[in-house]
Formats: sequence, structure tokens, C-alpha cells
Amino acid sequence: MENRIEQIKTEAIEALAKAADTEEIKSLSVKYLGRKGLVTLFLRNISQLPAEERPEAGKQANITKKELETAFEKAIQRFEERAGEDADESIDVSLPGRTSPRGTLHPITHITRSICSIFSRMGFDIAEGPEVETDYYNFEALNIPKNHPARDMQDTFYVSDNIVLRTHTSPIQVHIMEQNAPPIRIVAPGKVYRCDSDLTHTPMFNQVEGLLVDEQVSFGDLKGVLEAFVHEIFDEQISLRFRPSFFPFTEPSAEVDILCVMCRGKGCKVCSNTGWLEVLGCGMVHPAVFENVGYDTRRYSGFAFGMGVERLAMLKYGINDLRMFFESDYRFLRQF
Amino acid sequence: MKISTNWLKEYVAIDIPATDLADKLTMAGLEVEGISERFQYLDSVVVGKIIKVEPHPNADKLRLCEVSIGNRTVPVVCGAPNAKAGMNVPCALPGTALPGGLEVKKSTIRGATSEGMLCSEAELELGPDKSGLMVLSEKLTEGIALNIALNLSDTVLEIGLTPNRPDCLSFIGIAREVSTIVNQPTRKPEIKLPETSGQIDDFTSVTIKSPTLCPRYAARLITDITVAPSPFWLKDRLYSIGLKPINNIVDITNFVMLELGQPLHAFDFDQLSENRIIVQTANHNQLFETLDGKERRLTDETLMICDGEKPVAVAGVMGGVNSEIKENTTRVLLESAYFNPISIRKTSKHLALNTDASHRFERGLDPEGTVTALNRAAQLIAEIGNGRLVDGLIDEYPLPSSVSSILLSIAKTNKHLGTDLNQSEIAEFLRSVEFNVEIKDEDTLSVLPPSFRVDVSRPEDLMEEVARLWGYNNIKTTFPKTSGMTNLPNQSIKIKSKIKDMMAGYGFSESITYSFIGKDACDRLNLPENDERRRMLDILNPISEDLSVMRTSLIPGLLETMHRNLSHQIKNLKIFELGKTFISNGQDRQPTETEMLAGLWTGSRVNMTWHEKLVACDFHDLKGVLEDLFRSMGMEDISFSKMPDASCRYTKAGHTAQILFNGNFFGLIGEVSPMVLNNFNIKQPAFIFEINVNAFISNLKESKMFVPIPKFPFTDRDITLIVDNHVQAGDIIAKVKTFEEKLMEDICILDVYSGNPIPAGKKSISLRIVYRSFTETLSDQQVNLVHQQLTDRIIQKFNATLPV
Repeated sequence: MENRIEQIKTEAIEALAKAADTEEIKSLSVKYLGRKGLVTLFLRNISQLPAEERPEAGKQANITKKELETAFEKAIQRFEERAGEDADESIDVSLPGRTSPRGTLHPITHITRSICSIFSRMGFDIAEGPEVETDYYNFEALNIPKNHPARDMQDTFYVSDNIVLRTHTSPIQVHIMEQNAPPIRIVAPGKVYRCDSDLTHTPMFNQVEGLLVDEQVSFGDLKGVLEAFVHEIFDEQISLRFRPSFFPFTEPSAEVDILCVMCRGKGCKVCSNTGWLEVLGCGMVHPAVFENVGYDTRRYSGFAFGMGVERLAMLKYGINDLRMFFESDYRFLRQF
Repeated sequence: MKISTNWLKEYVAIDIPATDLADKLTMAGLEVEGISERFQYLDSVVVGKIIKVEPHPNADKLRLCEVSIGNRTVPVVCGAPNAKAGMNVPCALPGTALPGGLEVKKSTIRGATSEGMLCSEAELELGPDKSGLMVLSEKLTEGIALNIALNLSDTVLEIGLTPNRPDCLSFIGIAREVSTIVNQPTRKPEIKLPETSGQIDDFTSVTIKSPTLCPRYAARLITDITVAPSPFWLKDRLYSIGLKPINNIVDITNFVMLELGQPLHAFDFDQLSENRIIVQTANHNQLFETLDGKERRLTDETLMICDGEKPVAVAGVMGGVNSEIKENTTRVLLESAYFNPISIRKTSKHLALNTDASHRFERGLDPEGTVTALNRAAQLIAEIGNGRLVDGLIDEYPLPSSVSSILLSIAKTNKHLGTDLNQSEIAEFLRSVEFNVEIKDEDTLSVLPPSFRVDVSRPEDLMEEVARLWGYNNIKTTFPKTSGMTNLPNQSIKIKSKIKDMMAGYGFSESITYSFIGKDACDRLNLPENDERRRMLDILNPISEDLSVMRTSLIPGLLETMHRNLSHQIKNLKIFELGKTFISNGQDRQPTETEMLAGLWTGSRVNMTWHEKLVACDFHDLKGVLEDLFRSMGMEDISFSKMPDASCRYTKAGHTAQILFNGNFFGLIGEVSPMVLNNFNIKQPAFIFEINVNAFISNLKESKMFVPIPKFPFTDRDITLIVDNHVQAGDIIAKVKTFEEKLMEDICILDVYSGNPIPAGKKSISLRIVYRSFTETLSDQQVNLVHQQLTDRIIQKFNATLPV
């Protein structure tokens, strides 16, 4: 009887090898392992065998049953795995997937974050302040008295004689110094407002202003910090220069120019043929500003700097029209 | 300010190319913003040889010339009497913009074609003669550009001066800076006063009634002058920086102002009543006609130059029509004064009249330069105007200026700048810009600035000069030795940043719109009369009507944005803005600034794809965003509830929820009302939300606490209830939570349905309630019991029935 079960097994394996598809395998499975299948019937008929043969035959039949079950399963798996090779069974992997697309942050947000994070790593805290300021904080405390021609440097939106839309984020430095003793290291991002609207000016724009006050701060330190910043936000290789300028709240004052990122100094439209692009204003804090907040000018010195975020964003992203920033054109916003 | 380098060379020898000079000036703090070539307009004016001259068939005074311009000949119609064959003349080709403003075009003049224009020297601003064509040397090659042929070149620098350097608002001022750059001395104009006659005191007098506003007033008198056009050299100077000559007297006052920086004014002496000058403030509301022909209303702060009976000039700003130099003027009273800068600035602002003179006076003149300029102009007027200078000058100087010495420490200078300069180097730098330097002791210099450097009064001002002259780029780069950080709280900045990131994660794009909007925004939003957001802060000098008040809501900006994008065929939009709103506390006080977050969703729920059909977004899409935002930020005590009817008029009634935190209002979400959509010219539904971010931040929990993971399995039970339509599912959930059933772990809504077979006015709500114990596996009996009790309470509370 052992031969009989061996015979069934060999037959089944041979038939399986010839099977052309899963359907055939399934019918073979029925033929051998189904309720009326050959292996099943064999097992059912074991009772009719002589008593001494029964245990061995039963054992063999069960082993064969397991083996065939495994063989059929594997054969089906093999067919199923290969089924995808058939065009009818395959999927179009080129069809787009189901997504829920991410939104975007405004380029101003991206650049402001880059700026703040560079200074954060240099130990600067981030500070904010009101956008509608008093004349004192926006001007007087920063050494820009009433009726001083320096007021012409910033076309101001007035709310009343004494209340203005801040023209720069510099008032924040005054608030911070009034509330904290040195050492001070802050950067202050935010919206600022100037009464100017044309191709190269929007009445609202964004600035990041910075302040460092400590004992023994020098103009060389100012250069060091800003050079590190410019190299990080643009690139390590970029040339920069410090050029004398004037701000009422700093002295000496400087503008920082970088070699034009468009023409690399050869002169082009973007840099008005000068080869250089102005990116930062800065200087050593004017003693009058320290006097206004009650800092001891013999003990402390410091530097301040400020930059326009739109300008950096335009250079970084190659945006050529300033007005795009505030038009909220979805086709613009979705790019960042 | 425009600087002609040819003119500049009168005062300092320059042996470097103009572009190098421009770079060096920029690096010395006088930023050269533009470089141009004065004679560029001659690029297309070429040397032409007249080959043939014939009479014009249709005009007696015109002639037809055939002109060779090298590679070809062109027909030109010409009216000049001296045109004759064989002559070399300037021929302006079509496209040339002549200095007078005329543009040469190919044209037909009385039936004859003309492809250019033959020019006189006056037309080209190359000489005084306008009687006929400019005759060029016969040796010049035909066809070459005139600037090359005549070797004409003048580089003009456009210098952007900062307000602290009024001393550079003149050629001599720029020459002083150039002199330190090229290491050449400056050459000041030599002033030789001509023969004089009479005595000025016999003719006139000056009385200063407001000495604080006019610390100095000097005057000279020139008689027997002839007012005429200026000689060509003078015109040429003015042409070179783009000015138009007027007449010799006016041109001289302008020339001397440009040369020395001191504004001057010439009065027709015979128009001055009583032939005298009184300097005093105006009467309030007095009217006065200035030279530009405009009637000006004065205030009692306006400083005026008056004669014996009336005002004749707005001091330091503009003269009056009543004493203007005219063709028949023969006697000129010349004024050179020092006015109080603040007073001039106030007047200039008040009259909205910014002139070359006021620009200089308000920035601060050299108080010691008054008489030099007066003499220089008097000399030129006598020479050029053929006048006779009356002997003597009036120099009323009631408040003499004083410059005091500044002590400068070498050690402090080096420490402040990060330099290592020695005393003699520093002294040398300062001397090179005409500061008077004395060595006090080893560390100290006593420095007396020149009178024209009105910007220098502190040691730091001197340090800046030292840094500038040593060169900013020669200062070594160092890094600050830190003694600590500021340690400001930055919770709010971090959270705002996180909110933005999350909104972007939900698919919303950040928009930034102007903080100012139109006054009509509140009406467009249908805000009730007593709404706080009607308290808008006015901008006194707005850019335009639609940017004239500070926004009190972010919603108008989002709706405007939607409208603009719809016009670009963008119909699916998910945008948000995080920014401030401003509620006025009166124009004289700072407004209440509140950080707000607002979002707008319109169009489809997902982008068009092959996966599924387009479905319009709805209230619950947007609500889901907020729910997840709050959950992720750890805000648990948030609830949404139906907005009391008509309390928000810009969203649709019944489609608006208020967002409450611990029962306090801190935002809303809803569908924009049709009327408001219409006000913004929008024709598709939109859903918006707004949240007070300040309140959000102040209610955030500092940290999260871990909840143990359950060890025992859960069991759930579903129940369907039939309730009145007005019952809000959220109210049921909220109520069940108040039962505080310990074994209930969660409750959620499976389905909401109304319609057949549910009776009208009713709806069915299916709930799934999850039960779990932390200490044991619950038996069916236990769960059934609790579920029965719980659902009974719900049924009772909401007057619900079970489905049949």
C-alpha cells in the first residue's frame, strides 16, 4: 500500500509540473486533496487495511498530503507572482499616485527663517515689536530728531503727528535695550512700511534688523559677523565689501555689497553696471542711541545691521519683480 | 548730484580714469550711483560733407542738400544760410536726441525727403553760434561720429550723497574728497574783485529781526549791469550737468552755488521798496507769489526776506515774482546768507517746495563760506554783466558760529574700530581732510573740524573719518568675544512658525497681503455698525484710497486674493495668512495689534486626478484642518458650536461655527455669505476661518503627559438614534463626555442620515461607543449593562427614539 500512496504523489507532482495556470492547479488540488480527492479517499480507506499496516500507511499518507498541499500552494504563488508580467494583469505604474499635496510657505517666510537661523546659531535671540510705532521709538530714540534731513531717507506713513507705521524694524532694538541690560544679541524680523510705490518699491516690505551690545565690541567684530552671515546665506566664495555710508543711529556706518550674483562683477542690469549689489546696512551703534536707553557708553559698545528680506529673496530665487511678493498669485506662491 | 569730471578738473588735478575715480569715491562714502558720458548724444551725429546744394522747389528759405556721410550720401533739407557745397558740417542722423530735446527723424519737408539734420553749434550745445551751420575742419573724415572727430568726452558721475555730507553738495566739496584720493591739492577759484565805486551803506541796509533763524546775512550791490544770455563757457558748465541756462545773472548764482555750495539770490534792487532788506517771519496766512508763479500761504514761522514794506523772497527756499531779475534790470542786490537749517526745512515741508537752495540750507552750510561765495558771484556779475560793483559789503552776523575742538583718544579709536593705527597715522588722516589736529599727549589728539564739516561734533564722528580714510576693507575681521545671550522668551515666535508649517502640511499656501486696505472693507464684509473692526486706523498720507486704513481683519485680503486668482483661471485655492490686525484706540495712540491666522478654501477638495471625481470642498473639509491643528498643538478644550444667528454677517447663517476655548470665543469658521462674495465680485462658494493667534498661544500647554497603553481589549457597541433635526451631533458627544463613564474609552459618529424612512424634521445619528477597562477584560454582560445605561441617558437627554 505504500506504493500506492507513492504512486499518487508522483502522479500529482508530474501533473502539477505540467499545469498551465492557477485554474488547472486548483482543479488538481481538488482531484488529489478535495473531499473526494485521491489522497483523501486513501486516508479514508486506511481502516480497511490490515491492522499492522495502518499506522505506517496513515503516517505516509499524511506526510504526502502535507507535501502536496505545500507543492500546490507554492505552484499557485509562482503563477501569481508571474501574473503581473502579463499585460492584462499588470497595472499602469506611470499613473500618478494619490497624494494630498503640501502647501507652501511664502518666500519671505523662507528667507526670514534662513536669516534668523544663521544668526541664532551665532547666539542671537529673535525679537519682535509693534508695527505701528510712536515717533519716539521709530525716530527720536534712534537719533533722528524731528526736522532732520535724515527723515527724508525714509518716506513715512503717518497716522498722526506722533504715531507712524514703523519705517524699519530698528525700534525693536530700542525696546529691547530699554528692557534688558547688556549683553544683547538679537535679530528682529518684521514688516515695515514706507510711503513709496513703484517698480522697485512696495509700500510694505520686510526687514531683519540685528543688534549686538557688549563690552569691547569693535567694527572688526561687525565685519566678522556679517561676513560669516553673507558667506552662509549666499556662498562661501562670494566677495563682499564694506563701504562707508550714513545712518543716523550708527557711526561709523557702512553698506555691505556683494559681488553681483548675476554677472559676477562684470556689470549688468541687476547691479546697475556697478558689479556690486547692496545687501546690508550696518554700523557701530551711535552713542546718542545708547544715551537714550541709559547704557553707559564708556563701558559698552555695539553694532547694528539691517537688511531687506525681499531683496535677498529676489537674489536667491531670481525673482525679478518686487510686486509679485504681495500679489498672492497662486502660481507664484506654489513655487516655494 | 551730477558731477562733470571736466568741470571738476578745474579744482583738482585728476590723473586716474573716471571709473577708478568713481570706485574710490564710492569707497570713501560718496556713492557713485551712475556713470554717463555727456557727449553720448553725438554718437549718431556724424561729420558730413555737403556735395550739392539746390533750392527747395516749394520753399524759399529752405534748400536741398546732398550730404556725404562716408559710406553713402543722404538728402537733407536745410534752412541755414551758410550751407554750401564742399563744406564739412555736423549731420545728425535719424534717432539722434538733440540736447534741446528735439529728436531727429526721417521726414518729408514740404514734399522733399530729409534723412537727417545739419546742425549749428548752438543746437549741439558745442558753442554759442546759432546763426548758421557749424563749420568743421576739412581734414575730418566724413562719417565719423562728432564726439570722436572733435575728441569730446566728459564723464558725468551721479553721486548719491548721504544727508550728513552737505559739504559735498558742490564741486569744491567733491574736489576736496578727490584731493585726498588722488593726493593732489585742491585749487580754489581765485577771486579778484573788480574796481568799485560808491559805498554800499549809502545805498542800502540789512536788518535781521529773527537772528536765531538767520544768524548771518551778507549782501553786495552791482549797478549798471546788462541782463543777457550767458557766455558760452558758463552755459557749457550748466549744460554739462544737465541744467538749462536762463540769463547771465541767474546762471551766475547757480554756477556759484554749484561751485561753492552756497545758494545765492539776486534781487532787482529797483524793485525793493525803500531799497533795503529786512529779515523777519511772515504774518500768519499771508499770501506770497513765488518765482514759479504759485501763490503760497505762509505761516508765522516762515522766514521771509522783505523790503521796506513787503516780502520779496521765502528765505532759503525761493524768491518772489515781485523782485525777480528781468531783462531790463540794471541794479542787482546779491544775497548770501546762513539760515537756520530746521527753519528752512519746516518751510520747505510746509510749502511742499524742495529747491536746490532749500536742500542745501536744511542740511547745513558752511557758516564761514557766506562771504567767499558772495564775492565770487559779485566778481562774475560785474565781469559778465558789465556791471559796476559798489564798494563794500554788508555782513550782518548776529550769531557767529563756533566750532569747538574734540578730544580723540588713540586707544579708544583703535578699540572701537578694531584697528592698530598710531597717533601720527590718525593725525595724518584727519589733516588730509582739512581738520586741524594738535597732539595733546601720547594718547590724545585735539581736533578742530573745518567749518564746513557740520556733521562732526563727537569723537565717534572722528573715528568714522579715520575708518573711512584708512579704508573699511583694511580693518581686520574679528569675531565678538561673547559674554552671554539675551535670553528672550521666544515661545510665540516658535508657535507661529509651527502653525505656518502645519498649515502648509495641510496643503495651504501662505500668502502675505498688505496690512493696509480700503476704507470700504468693513462695508464689504457687512460688519455691523458697532463692530469693533470698524475702528480702523487711518493713514494720513496713503498711497491710494484702497490702501488707506490699517486692516482690522485678514478676511478682505484673502477674498481679494481669491478674486485675483479667479481672474487667472485658478479656481481651486487653499491659502492662509498669519499676520496682524490693528484695532484703533484713536489716531493719537498706538492701536491694539493682534496676531491672527486666517485661511480660505475654495474649489475642489482634491486636485483633478484619475482616481476620483472632483468633489467641491465643504465646511467639514476646512473644519477637519482646524481640528487636527488644535489636536496636534495639544489644545484639547476646543469646541465648535453653532454661531448664534446673525452674529457674523460675512458668513452664511447656519453654516458658521464659533470656535471656543474653555467656552471663550477665539475664532470662527464658515461659508462666506453670498452677499459678501458678491461684494468681492466672486462667483463661487468659499470657506474661511480666522483664529486669534495671541489667544491660541497663551492657552497652549507647556508640555504633554504620557498616557499608559491599555493592556486589556476593547469592546464596541453601535447605536442609532433618531433625533430632531436641530440637535447637533457635537452636542451629543459633548454631553456623553460629561457623563464621565469610566469604562467608555471613545465615542464617534458613524453616520448621519435624514430622509426616507426617517420622519420629516428628524434625522438619524449612528454612534459607536468603545468600552475598555484598564484593570480587566470586560465581559459582554458588563458592557451591555454600561451601554444600556449610557444610551438611556442619551435618549432621555435628547428626546431621541430608536429606529423601528
